[in-house]
Amino acid sequence: MTVRLSEVEVGTEIPLQSFVIRREDLIRYAGASGDFNVIHWNERVARDVGLPDVIAHGMLTMALTGRTVTDWIGDPGALLEYGVRFTRPVSVPDDGVGATIEVTGTVTSVSEDGTVRLSLTATHAGATVLGKAQAVVRLA
Amino acid sequence: MAVNPEFVGRVYAPEGFYVVAREKIREFAAAIGDGNPAFSDVEAARALGYPDLVAPPTFAVVLSLRASRAVVHDPELGLDYSRVVHGEQHFTYVRPIVAGDELVVTTTIEAIRTAAGNDMLTTRGDIATLAGEPVVTTRALLVARGSEGES
Repeated sequence: MTVRLSEVEVGTEIPLQSFVIRREDLIRYAGASGDFNVIHWNERVARDVGLPDVIAHGMLTMALTGRTVTDWIGDPGALLEYGVRFTRPVSVPDDGVGATIEVTGTVTSVSEDGTVRLSLTATHAGATVLGKAQAVVRLA
Repeated sequence: MAVNPEFVGRVYAPEGFYVVAREKIREFAAAIGDGNPAFSDVEAARALGYPDLVAPPTFAVVLSLRASRAVVHDPELGLDYSRVVHGEQHFTYVRPIVAGDELVVTTTIEAIRTAAGNDMLTTRGDIATLAGEPVVTTRALLVARGSEGES
Protein backbone atom coordinates (compact mmCIF):
# COMPACT_ATOMS: atom_id res chain seq x y z
CA MET A 1 0.00 0.00 0.00
CA THR A 2 1.40 3.36 -1.00
CA VAL A 3 -0.51 6.55 -0.39
CA ARG A 4 -0.40 9.42 -2.89
CA LEU A 5 -0.34 13.13 -2.16
CA SER A 6 -3.65 13.61 -3.99
CA GLU A 7 -5.30 11.20 -1.52
CA VAL A 8 -4.48 13.11 1.67
CA GLU A 9 -5.76 16.23 3.35
CA VAL A 10 -5.67 17.63 6.86
CA GLY A 11 -7.58 15.14 9.00
CA THR A 12 -6.81 12.08 6.89
CA GLU A 13 -6.22 9.13 9.21
CA ILE A 14 -3.60 6.47 8.65
CA PRO A 15 -4.78 2.90 9.26
CA LEU A 16 -4.80 1.83 12.91
CA GLN A 17 -2.34 -0.92 13.77
CA SER A 18 -1.92 -2.88 16.96
CA PHE A 19 1.25 -4.60 18.09
CA VAL A 20 1.89 -7.16 20.81
CA ILE A 21 5.17 -6.98 22.74
CA ARG A 22 6.17 -10.13 24.64
CA ARG A 23 9.25 -10.78 26.77
CA GLU A 24 10.94 -12.62 23.93
CA ASP A 25 10.50 -9.53 21.74
CA LEU A 26 12.45 -7.48 24.29
CA ILE A 27 15.27 -10.02 24.31
CA ARG A 28 15.36 -10.00 20.51
CA TYR A 29 15.29 -6.20 20.37
CA ALA A 30 18.07 -5.97 22.97
CA GLY A 31 20.29 -8.17 20.83
CA ALA A 32 19.48 -6.43 17.56
CA SER A 33 19.83 -2.89 18.92
CA GLY A 34 22.67 -3.38 21.40
CA ASP A 35 20.55 -1.91 24.23
CA PHE A 36 21.03 -4.44 27.04
CA ASN A 37 19.72 -2.22 29.84
CA VAL A 38 18.68 -4.72 32.54
CA ILE A 39 15.27 -3.13 33.16
CA HIS A 40 14.19 -4.51 29.77
CA TRP A 41 14.68 -8.18 30.68
CA ASN A 42 15.15 -8.66 34.44
CA GLU A 43 12.12 -8.36 36.75
CA ARG A 44 14.21 -8.30 39.92
CA VAL A 45 16.24 -5.29 38.79
CA ALA A 46 13.19 -3.55 37.29
CA ARG A 47 11.33 -3.81 40.63
CA ASP A 48 14.43 -2.76 42.58
CA VAL A 49 14.45 0.56 40.71
CA GLY A 50 10.74 1.09 41.35
CA LEU A 51 9.19 -0.14 38.12
CA PRO A 52 6.08 -2.35 38.27
CA ASP A 53 7.68 -4.95 35.98
CA VAL A 54 10.11 -5.29 33.09
CA ILE A 55 9.42 -2.43 30.65
CA ALA A 56 9.74 -2.31 26.86
CA HIS A 57 12.56 -0.36 25.26
CA GLY A 58 11.17 3.06 24.39
CA MET A 59 12.92 2.69 21.06
CA LEU A 60 10.96 -0.50 20.36
CA THR A 61 7.69 1.36 20.95
CA MET A 62 9.03 4.14 18.70
CA ALA A 63 9.94 1.61 15.99
CA LEU A 64 6.47 0.00 16.07
CA THR A 65 4.77 3.39 16.00
CA GLY A 66 6.94 4.48 13.08
CA ARG A 67 5.99 1.34 11.21
CA THR A 68 2.42 2.61 10.85
CA VAL A 69 3.92 5.54 8.92
CA THR A 70 6.34 3.58 6.72
CA ASP A 71 3.62 0.99 5.98
CA TRP A 72 1.42 3.90 4.85
CA ILE A 73 4.02 5.63 2.67
CA GLY A 74 5.58 2.43 1.27
CA ASP A 75 9.03 3.87 0.53
CA PRO A 76 10.80 4.20 3.90
CA GLY A 77 13.00 6.89 2.36
CA ALA A 78 9.98 9.18 2.12
CA LEU A 79 10.21 9.69 5.89
CA LEU A 80 11.96 13.01 6.49
CA GLU A 81 11.58 13.47 10.23
CA TYR A 82 10.32 11.39 13.13
CA GLY A 83 10.29 12.25 16.81
CA VAL A 84 8.62 11.14 20.04
CA ARG A 85 8.59 11.87 23.75
CA PHE A 86 8.53 8.83 26.04
CA THR A 87 5.84 9.72 28.55
CA ARG A 88 4.85 6.40 30.13
CA PRO A 89 6.67 3.06 30.36
CA VAL A 90 5.08 -0.04 28.81
CA SER A 91 5.15 -2.94 31.27
CA VAL A 92 5.69 -6.32 29.66
CA PRO A 93 4.64 -9.09 32.05
CA ASP A 94 6.05 -12.59 31.69
CA ASP A 95 2.58 -14.07 31.14
CA GLY A 96 2.82 -15.30 27.56
CA VAL A 97 0.30 -12.62 26.56
CA GLY A 98 2.49 -9.53 26.63
CA ALA A 99 1.51 -5.90 26.18
CA THR A 100 -0.57 -4.53 23.32
CA ILE A 101 0.11 -1.13 21.78
CA GLU A 102 -2.39 0.54 19.46
CA VAL A 103 -1.18 3.22 17.08
CA THR A 104 -3.20 5.76 15.12
CA GLY A 105 -2.13 8.77 13.12
CA THR A 106 -3.69 11.86 11.59
CA VAL A 107 -2.46 14.27 8.92
CA THR A 108 -2.04 17.71 10.48
CA SER A 109 -0.66 19.65 7.52
CA VAL A 110 -0.12 19.25 3.78
CA SER A 111 2.26 21.49 1.80
CA GLU A 112 2.25 22.05 -1.95
CA ASP A 113 5.74 20.56 -2.22
CA GLY A 114 4.38 17.23 -0.96
CA THR A 115 5.53 17.56 2.62
CA VAL A 116 2.93 16.02 4.91
CA ARG A 117 3.00 16.27 8.69
CA LEU A 118 1.44 13.58 10.87
CA SER A 119 0.52 13.42 14.53
CA LEU A 120 0.71 9.90 15.99
CA THR A 121 -0.89 8.38 19.06
CA ALA A 122 0.34 5.21 20.75
CA THR A 123 -1.74 3.78 23.58
CA HIS A 124 -1.28 0.86 25.95
CA ALA A 125 -3.98 -0.28 28.37
CA GLY A 126 -6.02 2.82 27.54
CA ALA A 127 -3.27 5.35 28.27
CA THR A 128 -0.99 7.16 25.84
CA VAL A 129 2.65 6.10 26.09
CA LEU A 130 4.18 8.63 23.69
CA GLY A 131 3.87 12.40 23.60
CA LYS A 132 4.60 14.80 20.77
CA ALA A 133 4.85 11.84 18.39
CA GLN A 134 5.17 13.45 14.97
CA ALA A 135 6.42 12.45 11.56
CA VAL A 136 7.10 14.43 8.41
CA VAL A 137 6.91 12.58 5.09
CA ARG A 138 7.19 13.54 1.45
CA LEU A 139 4.53 12.17 -0.87
CA ALA A 140 4.43 12.21 -4.65
CA MET B 1 25.79 14.79 41.77
CA ALA B 2 24.90 17.45 39.25
CA VAL B 3 25.90 17.42 35.62
CA ASN B 4 28.57 19.98 34.73
CA PRO B 5 26.75 22.71 32.71
CA GLU B 6 30.03 23.80 31.12
CA PHE B 7 29.82 20.73 28.88
CA VAL B 8 27.21 22.37 26.63
CA GLY B 9 28.68 22.58 23.15
CA ARG B 10 31.26 19.87 23.76
CA VAL B 11 31.89 17.73 20.69
CA TYR B 12 32.90 14.07 20.81
CA ALA B 13 34.71 13.07 17.62
CA PRO B 14 33.85 9.75 15.97
CA GLU B 15 35.52 6.63 17.34
CA GLY B 16 36.13 4.44 14.32
CA PHE B 17 33.43 3.81 11.73
CA TYR B 18 30.42 1.50 11.43
CA VAL B 19 29.93 -0.71 8.38
CA VAL B 20 26.21 -1.33 7.80
CA ALA B 21 25.69 -4.99 6.96
CA ARG B 22 22.71 -6.57 5.20
CA GLU B 23 22.31 -9.22 7.88
CA LYS B 24 22.32 -6.59 10.66
CA ILE B 25 19.53 -4.73 8.85
CA ARG B 26 17.56 -7.97 8.46
CA GLU B 27 18.13 -8.80 12.13
CA PHE B 28 16.94 -5.35 13.23
CA ALA B 29 13.87 -5.44 10.96
CA ALA B 30 12.98 -8.90 12.33
CA ALA B 31 13.38 -7.65 15.90
CA ILE B 32 10.82 -4.90 15.32
CA GLY B 33 8.63 -7.31 13.35
CA ASP B 34 8.71 -5.10 10.26
CA GLY B 35 8.10 -7.02 7.04
CA ASN B 36 8.71 -4.08 4.66
CA PRO B 37 10.50 -5.82 1.74
CA ALA B 38 12.96 -2.92 1.36
CA PHE B 39 14.48 -4.05 4.69
CA SER B 40 15.07 -7.66 3.66
CA ASP B 41 14.93 -8.07 -0.14
CA VAL B 42 17.74 -6.41 -2.08
CA GLU B 43 15.73 -6.42 -5.32
CA ALA B 44 12.79 -4.70 -3.59
CA ALA B 45 15.16 -2.02 -2.25
CA ARG B 46 16.69 -1.53 -5.70
CA ALA B 47 13.22 -1.24 -7.24
CA LEU B 48 12.71 1.80 -4.97
CA GLY B 49 15.96 3.30 -6.26
CA TYR B 50 18.32 2.35 -3.42
CA PRO B 51 21.72 0.73 -4.01
CA ASP B 52 21.12 -1.98 -1.39
CA LEU B 53 18.90 -2.96 1.56
CA VAL B 54 17.36 -0.01 3.39
CA ALA B 55 17.62 0.15 7.19
CA PRO B 56 14.42 0.81 9.19
CA PRO B 57 14.22 4.47 10.28
CA THR B 58 15.01 3.82 13.93
CA PHE B 59 18.08 1.72 13.05
CA ALA B 60 20.06 4.98 13.37
CA VAL B 61 19.81 4.55 17.14
CA VAL B 62 22.12 1.53 16.93
CA LEU B 63 24.87 3.93 15.86
CA SER B 64 23.95 6.87 18.07
CA LEU B 65 23.65 4.64 21.15
CA ARG B 66 27.21 3.34 20.62
CA ALA B 67 28.53 6.84 20.07
CA SER B 68 26.76 8.31 23.09
CA ARG B 69 28.51 5.88 25.45
CA ALA B 70 31.62 8.08 25.34
CA VAL B 71 29.44 10.99 26.45
CA VAL B 72 27.31 9.47 29.18
CA HIS B 73 30.31 7.70 30.73
CA ASP B 74 32.60 10.75 30.53
CA PRO B 75 33.63 11.02 34.22
CA GLU B 76 34.06 14.80 33.95
CA LEU B 77 30.46 15.24 32.77
CA GLY B 78 29.16 13.80 36.04
CA LEU B 79 26.05 12.05 34.70
CA ASP B 80 24.77 9.21 36.90
CA TYR B 81 23.95 6.76 34.12
CA SER B 82 22.26 4.31 36.49
CA ARG B 83 19.49 6.92 36.92
CA VAL B 84 19.13 7.81 33.25
CA VAL B 85 15.90 7.29 31.32
CA HIS B 86 15.27 8.09 27.67
CA GLY B 87 13.04 11.16 27.57
CA GLU B 88 12.77 12.03 23.89
CA GLN B 89 14.14 10.87 20.57
CA HIS B 90 14.11 12.61 17.22
CA PHE B 91 15.51 11.75 13.78
CA THR B 92 16.02 14.01 10.77
CA TYR B 93 16.84 12.10 7.59
CA VAL B 94 18.82 13.28 4.58
CA ARG B 95 18.44 9.78 3.17
CA PRO B 96 17.89 6.32 4.64
CA ILE B 97 20.86 4.32 5.89
CA VAL B 98 21.59 1.51 3.39
CA ALA B 99 23.65 -1.67 3.54
CA GLY B 100 27.28 -1.01 2.62
CA ASP B 101 27.32 2.45 4.20
CA GLU B 102 30.47 3.22 6.19
CA LEU B 103 29.28 5.68 8.81
CA VAL B 104 30.77 7.87 11.50
CA VAL B 105 28.92 9.60 14.34
CA THR B 106 29.91 12.95 15.81
CA THR B 107 28.15 13.59 19.12
CA THR B 108 27.52 17.08 20.47
CA ILE B 109 26.05 18.05 23.82
CA GLU B 110 23.41 20.58 22.79
CA ALA B 111 21.81 21.44 26.10
CA ILE B 112 22.03 20.73 29.81
CA ARG B 113 19.43 21.85 32.29
CA THR B 114 18.16 20.90 35.70
CA ALA B 115 14.48 20.89 36.63
CA ALA B 116 12.72 19.40 39.65
CA GLY B 117 15.96 17.76 40.73
CA ASN B 118 16.43 15.97 37.42
CA ASP B 119 19.40 16.58 35.14
CA MET B 120 18.41 16.79 31.48
CA LEU B 121 20.93 16.36 28.72
CA THR B 122 20.23 16.84 25.01
CA THR B 123 22.71 15.14 22.69
CA ARG B 124 22.88 15.40 18.92
CA GLY B 125 24.43 12.68 16.79
CA ASP B 126 25.46 13.68 13.28
CA ILE B 127 25.71 10.49 11.24
CA ALA B 128 27.67 10.85 8.01
CA THR B 129 29.58 8.69 5.57
CA LEU B 130 33.36 8.44 5.78
CA ALA B 131 33.37 10.76 2.75
CA GLY B 132 31.52 13.38 4.78
CA GLU B 133 28.04 13.04 3.25
CA PRO B 134 25.42 13.72 5.94
CA VAL B 135 22.86 10.90 6.33
CA VAL B 136 20.85 11.22 9.56
CA THR B 137 20.82 13.57 12.53
CA THR B 138 19.62 12.09 15.84
CA ARG B 139 18.61 14.02 18.93
CA ALA B 140 18.10 12.37 22.31
CA LEU B 141 16.93 13.85 25.60
CA LEU B 142 18.37 11.88 28.50
CA VAL B 143 16.91 12.45 31.95
CA ALA B 144 18.88 11.53 35.07
CA ARG B 145 16.27 11.28 37.80
CA GLY B 146 17.31 12.99 41.00
CA SER B 147 17.80 10.58 43.90
CA GLU B 148 15.41 10.85 46.83
CA GLY B 149 16.40 13.42 49.41
CA GLU B 150 18.08 15.63 46.83
CA SER B 151 16.39 18.69 45.48
